[in-house]
Amino acid sequence: MSLEPFQQQIARRHFLKHSGSGIGAAALATLLDPSTLAAATGPHFAPQAKRVIWLTQAGAPSQLDLFDHKPGLVEQFDKDLPPSVRGDQRLTGMTSGQTRFPVAPSAFRFQQHGQSGMWLSELLPHTAKLADDICLIRSLHTEAINHDPAMTLLQTGHQIGGRPAFGAWASYGLGTENRDLPTFVALISRPSGPTNAQPLHERMWGAGFLPSRHQGVRLSSGPDPVLYLSNPEGITDRRRRAMLDDLSKLNQIRFAETQDPAITARIDQYEMAYRMQAAVPELADMSQEPAQVFENYGPESQKPGSYAANCILARRLAERGVRFIQLYHRGWDQHNHLPQGIRSQCYDIDQPTAALLTELKQRDMLKDTLVIWGGEFGRTVYSQGALTHDDYGRDHHPRCFSIWLAGAGIRGGYTHGETDDFSYNVVKDPVHIHDLNATALHLLGLDHTRLTYRFQGRDYRLTDVHGELIRSILS
Amino acid sequence: MKNDQRPRATCGMMPAGAILLSLAFWTGIARSEDTASEGKLLFNRDIRPILSDNCFACHGPDKNNRQADLRLDTRDDAIAAGAIVPGDAQTSELVTRILTTDSSLRMPPAESGKELTQSQKELLTKWLGQGAEYQQHWAFVPLTPTAPPTVAQTDWPRNALDRFVLARLEHEGFSPSPEATRETLIRRLTLDLTGIPPTVQEVEAFVSDASPMALETVVDRLLASPLFGEQMAIPWLDAARYADSNGYQVDRDRELWAWRDWVINAFNRNLPFDQFTIEQIAGDLLPDASLEQRIASGFHRNHMLNEEGGIIPEEFLAEYTADRVETTAAVWLGQTFNCTRCHDHKFDPFTQRDFYSLKAFFHNVPERGVGSYGSPIRQNAPPFIKLPAPSIEHRIAELGARLKAASDQLTFLNQQASDELDAWAGRVANQTVIWNRTDPSAADGSDPAPLIDSATGAFDVSPNESGTLQLRVVAQLPAGRVTAIRLECSSTAAEQTIQWTELKVQHDQPLQLHAIVTEDSLPSAEAVKLLDGNEQTKVALAVKPDPPVHADFTLAPPLENEKTAQLQLQLGLEAVVAGSRWRLLITDADTTLMGPPAIIELVKKEAGQRTASERQQLLDFRLTQSQEYIRLKTEAEALKQQIANAELEIPTTLVMEELPEPRATFVLMRGAYDKPGEQVTANTPAALPPMDESLPRNRLGLAQWLVNPANPLTARVTVNRFWQQAFGNGLVMTSEDFGSQGGLPSHPELLDWLATEFIRTGWDVKRLMKLIVTSATYRQESKQTAQPNQPDPDNRLLARGPRFRLSAETIRDQALAVSRLLVTSLGGPSVRPYHPPGLYEQVTAGSGYNVYVAGTRDELFRRSLYTYWKRSVPHPAMLLFDAPFRETCTLRRSRSNTPLQALNLLNDPTYVEAAKFFALRMMSEAGESIVSRLSHGFRLLLAREPSPEELAILRTSLDRARADFRADPESATALLTIGSAPWDASHDPVELAAFATVAAILLNLDEAVTKE
Repeated sequence: MSLEPFQQQIARRHFLKHSGSGIGAAALATLLDPSTLAAATGPHFAPQAKRVIWLTQAGAPSQLDLFDHKPGLVEQFDKDLPPSVRGDQRLTGMTSGQTRFPVAPSAFRFQQHGQSGMWLSELLPHTAKLADDICLIRSLHTEAINHDPAMTLLQTGHQIGGRPAFGAWASYGLGTENRDLPTFVALISRPSGPTNAQPLHERMWGAGFLPSRHQGVRLSSGPDPVLYLSNPEGITDRRRRAMLDDLSKLNQIRFAETQDPAITARIDQYEMAYRMQAAVPELADMSQEPAQVFENYGPESQKPGSYAANCILARRLAERGVRFIQLYHRGWDQHNHLPQGIRSQCYDIDQPTAALLTELKQRDMLKDTLVIWGGEFGRTVYSQGALTHDDYGRDHHPRCFSIWLAGAGIRGGYTHGETDDFSYNVVKDPVHIHDLNATALHLLGLDHTRLTYRFQGRDYRLTDVHGELIRSILS
Repeated sequence: MKNDQRPRATCGMMPAGAILLSLAFWTGIARSEDTASEGKLLFNRDIRPILSDNCFACHGPDKNNRQADLRLDTRDDAIAAGAIVPGDAQTSELVTRILTTDSSLRMPPAESGKELTQSQKELLTKWLGQGAEYQQHWAFVPLTPTAPPTVAQTDWPRNALDRFVLARLEHEGFSPSPEATRETLIRRLTLDLTGIPPTVQEVEAFVSDASPMALETVVDRLLASPLFGEQMAIPWLDAARYADSNGYQVDRDRELWAWRDWVINAFNRNLPFDQFTIEQIAGDLLPDASLEQRIASGFHRNHMLNEEGGIIPEEFLAEYTADRVETTAAVWLGQTFNCTRCHDHKFDPFTQRDFYSLKAFFHNVPERGVGSYGSPIRQNAPPFIKLPAPSIEHRIAELGARLKAASDQLTFLNQQASDELDAWAGRVANQTVIWNRTDPSAADGSDPAPLIDSATGAFDVSPNESGTLQLRVVAQLPAGRVTAIRLECSSTAAEQTIQWTELKVQHDQPLQLHAIVTEDSLPSAEAVKLLDGNEQTKVALAVKPDPPVHADFTLAPPLENEKTAQLQLQLGLEAVVAGSRWRLLITDADTTLMGPPAIIELVKKEAGQRTASERQQLLDFRLTQSQEYIRLKTEAEALKQQIANAELEIPTTLVMEELPEPRATFVLMRGAYDKPGEQVTANTPAALPPMDESLPRNRLGLAQWLVNPANPLTARVTVNRFWQQAFGNGLVMTSEDFGSQGGLPSHPELLDWLATEFIRTGWDVKRLMKLIVTSATYRQESKQTAQPNQPDPDNRLLARGPRFRLSAETIRDQALAVSRLLVTSLGGPSVRPYHPPGLYEQVTAGSGYNVYVAGTRDELFRRSLYTYWKRSVPHPAMLLFDAPFRETCTLRRSRSNTPLQALNLLNDPTYVEAAKFFALRMMSEAGESIVSRLSHGFRLLLAREPSPEELAILRTSLDRARADFRADPESATALLTIGSAPWDASHDPVELAAFATVAAILLNLDEAVTKE
């Protein structure tokens, strides 16, 4: 097809109104008005969340050391995990050769927090102060056991690449609220500690089979926050404007000749590119943020590309109406020396995450912003490699893990789901990634069974043919 | 890709006498909501889409999810169940259930989210009343020769193809658009067939060619160009999921570019498509498979390969084989087999068993499910073959010859030593080595200086505070022969461990020392550290008062002193904490008769008493006495290493191979690798014509079945994709799905005619492409002005020529071509053009192989299909213009229009540099006049002259740019600095920069990035 449906729609409308004539300023304004960029499907019902900030913890944080308090494990130290607990769970190639599966209790203390008495680890002192705002799910589970398939499943509802990311679905379903910025933005931060950063993959914020305009745009901390954003050396803004005006005039002549609405759509895109050149640097420039903000977000927040700096950026994106903000923090893959590694990771994320929630609350934005914090799977109760009381490693564990949500429509101070005494199997209220996605879509005003796109003869969904709304986590 | 691909045309305009014709055109194109009021309904056109979309998921081919044991996809079953009563709509349960107001009974059920429209209900009711005739799904209907229809406007068609198109246009009340201008045509043709624009000369030649065959001449020239193969290869690389990295998390490099080059060459030599298929599916299984055919079999090694630590090989082996099944079914059959991996297909007559029966063809490759992360980067995962690499092979041959010479000589020396071994051993046994003292005449280097003891010839050394000493001693030698020396040391006080760093010995004649081992001496491996000139390597000398320890060295050549002489010694010592006593001893014994105690013991045995291993031990020792042997041995080892290194440089390519015994293949329950169900054997899908008994049940047989003319799908699917390349859309828009959920062909009879022609002419790809691009249909102008009252935005009726945005590759290649930067050499390893700095570092793990290092010179300007393709981070400019990730098979790219594309074309150094060189061409090739220079730019890029209005805009633009740069000449220089290709700097920077901005405007024109 020559054009995407929505462009076709507006272009066709335009074509009917203006056929045979050059494109006028009024028409251009119509084309550029965000309200005319109607979404493909629109919300199915009144949304509670206008936007999502997904704080993606790549590498899989240990639920046992952060969220899933198992006091009974102390007595199990270095005892073998009972085979009845392990069941037929497959092991990764990294621990399948181990002869023993010794239980490693968490080296960290847990306490109850807030009115709700939510159990949280001492590693998250700042997050703990907001316990009554967050909803902790301890019963998430997935099928994938390796990073790439698991992260792909988390983001696209399918282990194999090729399907659209959640953010692309949101863009497709709801359209944009900001005509100068992308609808779906990805931010990648680097851990401050000496840890392995998980490799990511452009497809994780890709549009899959959806039209490419729904793909996430990665904002980086370099001189070009968006690829190719800056004018080349020697081209001033004034010069660029003059070039675009001339370009537009020539394109309008061609439109008059051919009547191909694709041309007017292209004129529109060049104008948006020009506006992005102003809007993105304004967005990325944090120099006007008060000093208090950096204090709130902690010592790393002045370092470009840090998780803390990206949290500030996420808030700025949210303020500007960006629909879906996917922030990645890497470095959670602690197969060995977990206590040391997780301390460093929590130093990176705890204070900034809490600061982000706090700021959203202060600005009255938390009520319509859905914040999700979590990784692609959990970690094993048994130690990978040598085990001592204060040093151990943990392998990948798909059967249960913990994430939390906060904000729009979420029941704060609530802990959902339970695992067994070893945090190995879910024993109450299991939540699959599809359920999580169905629920997040619901908060955005989208029915996950109706948000479909036909590709290869099939109506695809983010939740494939699965997904149940988790009603009890909704406020 | 939207759901309803069918624009609506009003049927009221049907000319008289066209009724019969309309029956032939059962396609959905003319279907409108009021079709029901017309004559007889047709299942494939009117009914199947409704049933497929709304009913088949629960009442279709998938037996495991079938509700109420009712299927509506087969007529007999639907009748038997009472759902349909042919000819009697009112008693048909189907009608009752779709019309009922009782929501608990109404179909489709509310929870399905599906709902029939009033018109769909009427259609179903009417169809039942008409007898409820079913039709086989159109794509499975056997191909039969179709005669082109008759048309009214007989002077328009140029070949039979056009008659199908025109008949349809006439039927719909449309008329074809006028033929495009020669300029438009040659640009369209050249971009379509070669991916770069025509040169000014080519345009002029075509415009002035009065021959009626002028266009054919151009087409023949383009089809013969090597660029044709590159252009045709690009969609095939998408289909084959070709990339230069393995994908998944680790995503390291692989080598498969030889396969990519094979594809280019196959198109260029016009390999018939059936053979093209066979060699790629099963080239390795052909009798006496050639190297090229084996390379071709790499098609099915293009899938991703997981190297992540800790993966389970069986799980990923299941992924790779599934990928092969899905890719084969999509590329050749146009079927979505991915559905049948977990369950029977919900819409099409394919079962899960079909999936695994196909998998059995692809499951016999000697491969592992996991890549080898420990292996060197770029080392392919087996099976792979080496490619011819003449210069490396030549180097290896040379090294091999030198290795052989050295080895021969070693063998000779070995034999010689072996022959003489017993005699030598006898002499060693009988020799007594006498070591004679020497007398030092001077010694210094300690404080006090070493004390010489004339009674014994020893010199005593006192420690100093640092414990570090550099002793220099002159020893007097008697006249005569000296073959070896011994340095002896003992402690004069407590036990201590002296670190002996160096020993240097000088004589009037140059001489060389070699450490040897005799009784009780230092091991030679230790003693060599004294001679290596490196003070960091030390010998720990544990000394007691008695007995002394010693180190022995042979002299080469031996000294022959006619009279007394001097030998100067220099010793480096560290950690000296107490006094030590040193002595130099000499001997004139035959050094080849000296040896360590273990050897001396062996030589004393009778030759006949030695075991084979003892003899070998003696021989090995004897050989170490030969400096020649040692030198050759070292040389041979070095040569072996060089050969091994060179072998690694030889490029390889992934191929298919077949295990001698096929692996057992099982249906995998829910697609899970660890849940095997019933065992299956290799077979083709049951719903399609069966495989001939004579065909082997392996990939070769499968390939031959795919291209058997009785297969209704392969030719249809293939010609549709070639059509898509020229027209932007296939006759079937969903070129990846010819199933019942896919689109219907806009011109079904044309599709069938093209498919039959394709087979009839021996699957001749160039002939097919020529047929398409020389048609009157293709030659039409692409303006949307011809039928102003009957818009057809997707151009399904083909009442105009194609107009759509160019591919990612073509947009860049065109800019490089018009700026004359393009390097058109064909094939070879992929190259790395300009790339945004830091991209890999941010997205990937950012270490080692995950750093992008741009190439140099020509590598920056090769055609885009040679750009290095990393699956986790494909070149961003390619992604921006809708290139896929190449993780799985892609048969149709979307064509989006985003602001990021504008930023790329305006700001990427690729285009900034291209604009500069494009400007240089305007300025240097078109005289002095501004008008002719600007017009030249238009001609180079768009193959046409600018209109006066366009020229006026360009002139104003240039004047303004010039004024801007004149006011700020530094910005002109800054702009021109971008890029790396050398350029003629004699131009006025202000003028060149001004032209470069105009050139940039041209490169950003909608017309420039569009094929018109």
